[in-house]
Amino acid sequence: MSRPVPEEEYGKRVSGAFKLWMRGVRDPYLGNVEVSPETAGEEDETLLKGYQEETDRMIQRIHDIENNRRYRLFQKFYRAAAAICCLTLVVMLLITVAYLPPVGNADNPAHNEVAAKYIEDGLQDTGAVNIVTGMILDYRAFDTFGESNVLFIATCTVLILMRNDKKEGKGSAEEEERLDSFYEPKDDRILQTVAMILVPFIILFGIYVILNGHLSPGGGFSGGAIIGSALILYLNAFGFEKTERFFTAKTYKIISFSALSFYCIAKSYSFYTGAHHLESGIPLGTPGSILSSGLILPLNICVGLVVACTMYAFFALFRKGGF
Amino acid sequence: MVFEWIRFILGTGLLVVGTVTFLLEIFGVFKFKYVLNRMHVAAMGDTLGISASLAGLMILFGFRFVTLKLALVIIFLWCASPVSSHLISRLEYVTDKNLNEFCEVKTENKGNE
Repeated sequence: MSRPVPEEEYGKRVSGAFKLWMRGVRDPYLGNVEVSPETAGEEDETLLKGYQEETDRMIQRIHDIENNRRYRLFQKFYRAAAAICCLTLVVMLLITVAYLPPVGNADNPAHNEVAAKYIEDGLQDTGAVNIVTGMILDYRAFDTFGESNVLFIATCTVLILMRNDKKEGKGSAEEEERLDSFYEPKDDRILQTVAMILVPFIILFGIYVILNGHLSPGGGFSGGAIIGSALILYLNAFGFEKTERFFTAKTYKIISFSALSFYCIAKSYSFYTGAHHLESGIPLGTPGSILSSGLILPLNICVGLVVACTMYAFFALFRKGGF
Repeated sequence: MVFEWIRFILGTGLLVVGTVTFLLEIFGVFKFKYVLNRMHVAAMGDTLGISASLAGLMILFGFRFVTLKLALVIIFLWCASPVSSHLISRLEYVTDKNLNEFCEVKTENKGNE
């Protein structure tokens, strides 16, 4: 049979203390286990010196070639492996060279019928005065399509790797860009004036090179590179605020995607109708005029758009990490 | 005949002037030790040397469509080369802490950068 304990005595027992703690009347840990704010650590000179000596000793031990047996063995193995690899490659290449046909032989693989066919029938088949463009955008159009896709995929990969999604504060794209270009001359009046004069002409020249790809040397790749460099010059002169008015990641995605899909659909149609310049409903026009040679002109424009956007996107991504 | 000779002498003379400018540029780039001096020499070669050489070529070539293209090349190079030299020099001016050792700097300008 239990009997009631007086209040004071009950408070001294374990159960009583627990009850009081639960009610919040008395905290037994108050003042015992509280975390005190950490004082600034003092640099202990002797300790730091000890760490430094230890690091030095470790580096010494690793790089002490005379006494470190493993390191010496590895060095020997490394040199032997390098020599063996080089010798194997040299021998392989020499053997291959020994089997090459003699220079100038009429039966050489270089003098095959494909090149002769391109040169003889190129103008008639493709309608392009510039045989090279006729080759890369008509006979070997899917090769060029792959190249454009490689550019697009490379940009996407860099976008994934370097993307900076933080919007504000420390570590955001704007902040990083500001820190990176802290010492760069900004808002340079001379550069801005020259860029204002030159950029329209450079873009115009790029458009000329793209549109004349089937008539004169040039084409999508070179013209796109010219337009891309004009955009980069504009960006360098005026900064991201001005360029982001007309060119953002969304613009890049839309332009690249539509150009590549148009290329794919157009060339697929051409191959669906029989590929080798059978009747496909696309007029070739008179060779030499600007609207001629069938699909080559629109394909050139597509390639030029992709290349220009890719050049600008690469620059913006490596400069700022997201644009 | 005399006109031909005058044209030949003018053209070759300008070509020689351009080449000599380039030689001086190479000499100066290796002789001077400080960045701004070297930038000055290099920019001089890029403008005077190239324009003199191209003007000599234009005179030797006569008046054709190619001459117009050469003139455009000169204009473009005059836009591009001095501006890039100016940007590099300005970067050096902004970042170099020991600029006073090499040249006189007005202190009130340095504060604005």
